[in-house]
Amino acid sequence: MPAHNPVPEISAPMTAPIVQLHDVSLSIKGQSLLNHINMTLEPAQILTVIGPNGAGKSSLLKIVLGLYKPTRGKRQISKRLRIGYMPQRLQVDDSLPLTVKRFLSLGGNKNNTEIEKTLSDVNASHTLSRSIQHISGGEFQRVLLARALLRNPSLLVLDEPAQGVDLHGQQELYRLLADIRDERQCAILMVSHDLHFVMARTDQVMCLNQHVCCSGTADAVANHPEYLALFDQGIEKDFAVYTHHHDHHHTIHGDVVKDDIEPHSHAGHNHD
Amino acid sequence: MIEIIAPALIIGLILTAVAGPLGSFIVWGRMSYFGDTLAHSALLGVAMGLFLSLDPMIGVIAVTVMVAILLSALQKQRSISSDALLGIVAHGTLALGLVLVSLKEGIRVDLLGLLFGDLLAVTYQDTLWVGACAVIVGIITKVIWNPLLNILLNSELAHAEGIAVDRVRMIYMICLALLVAIGMKVVGALLITALLIIPPAGARRIASTPEQMALLASIIGMVSIALGMFASLQWDTPAGPSIVLSACLLFSLSLLFGQRSSSE
Repeated sequence: MPAHNPVPEISAPMTAPIVQLHDVSLSIKGQSLLNHINMTLEPAQILTVIGPNGAGKSSLLKIVLGLYKPTRGKRQISKRLRIGYMPQRLQVDDSLPLTVKRFLSLGGNKNNTEIEKTLSDVNASHTLSRSIQHISGGEFQRVLLARALLRNPSLLVLDEPAQGVDLHGQQELYRLLADIRDERQCAILMVSHDLHFVMARTDQVMCLNQHVCCSGTADAVANHPEYLALFDQGIEKDFAVYTHHHDHHHTIHGDVVKDDIEPHSHAGHNHD
Repeated sequence: MIEIIAPALIIGLILTAVAGPLGSFIVWGRMSYFGDTLAHSALLGVAMGLFLSLDPMIGVIAVTVMVAILLSALQKQRSISSDALLGIVAHGTLALGLVLVSLKEGIRVDLLGLLFGDLLAVTYQDTLWVGACAVIVGIITKVIWNPLLNILLNSELAHAEGIAVDRVRMIYMICLALLVAIGMKVVGALLITALLIIPPAGARRIASTPEQMALLASIIGMVSIALGMFASLQWDTPAGPSIVLSACLLFSLSLLFGQRSSSE
């Protein structure tokens, strides 16, 4: 019997992980929610957590955020970690007069130019002076994202960011998140409401069902027997794909814009 | 005549000035019953004060602050809903107060004065401690304003952003308890909640930021105090209820004339 178990080295990263969970378990009022979770998040890495309802996905996020203390195990975060959190939903009572601008400044960063720039980064500039109760679900989602970004986070934690957003909106959101990661080099930890579709650019997928069923790249998880065992049958039976052939797209204001016949390319001209 | 009500007028104006911002949070957080519960427990405070032969106001402040702390602790448990809990505490403390008063012999309590306020009993000395309390509560409210707004929006987001959620909530409740104690002097325990919620409700349609709403609520409250006392002097109506009716009147006017296109 060896004196110690050497931990296998997986291509040692240049920088230390920003979040690590070591054998974390959580039970609330005797009910076990999470069992023996190990998780490592590297800087600028995107990790998507999937799993059925009641799998403990939100609880896991709350442990990472420090809102819940693990019953057993340890949560380790890097010293200079700044977290930007985007909650699943946020209900603002109608009795509270609140513009998007004021909502964003409440996050702590009161610099007007930064607020306006961040809002335009998430394609929601037009909501700046609107009342927060009167913007659409998709816009609200982007405003929440802007608020998280205004904290200059090194880790973005997103709880089902694409919930209630249509597929097209999801696609835009995922593109936006990928850009944010590339530009700001911030890690992203998100819970996906969908078991089958995750962001293509995700580096790691963790399939959770109170314990970690499997984790790895999206492809590796999709073929893992434990992932497949979560379903009685393949989804192909119940779902079909309808391919749209649109000759136009919509701007965020809903205007119809005709598409070029050829895919738009920057080859022939330059933007200033 | 004005000399007699001057102290009451001063206290009323101070009270409503501070009640505007604090009451706005009651309206935004849908917790008007919380104010009621504190007010009911204030009667227990009076009884305690009398029972222990202290100044009743000391009893009121001590008991309301204690009840506020107790409530915020109890609300963390989930087996009894928050509104049932408030009901139990409200009526339990009220009943205990009434029983305590009956036990102590030789005490005559002006129950009507406690329930509806007794402006003529207010002295210039009262204005001093009320003023001091109000300044403290006002400063504290200013300090916890942004954290409190964030907690109201989403306590988990606030927590994740580094706000000491439990502490800020507790401080707010203690401020509210102090305000209820002051308000009992002016409009009585039954009507103090009215001065916390009606002015902000009236301000809602005119305001476009939380701060505007708080400020307008203070102004509406102060105007209600002046109108109510004037009516009380003019037609010899009870002052507390007249003040609350004035506030209701201003609220109705805001419904009629304060239409804001973006709020609908």
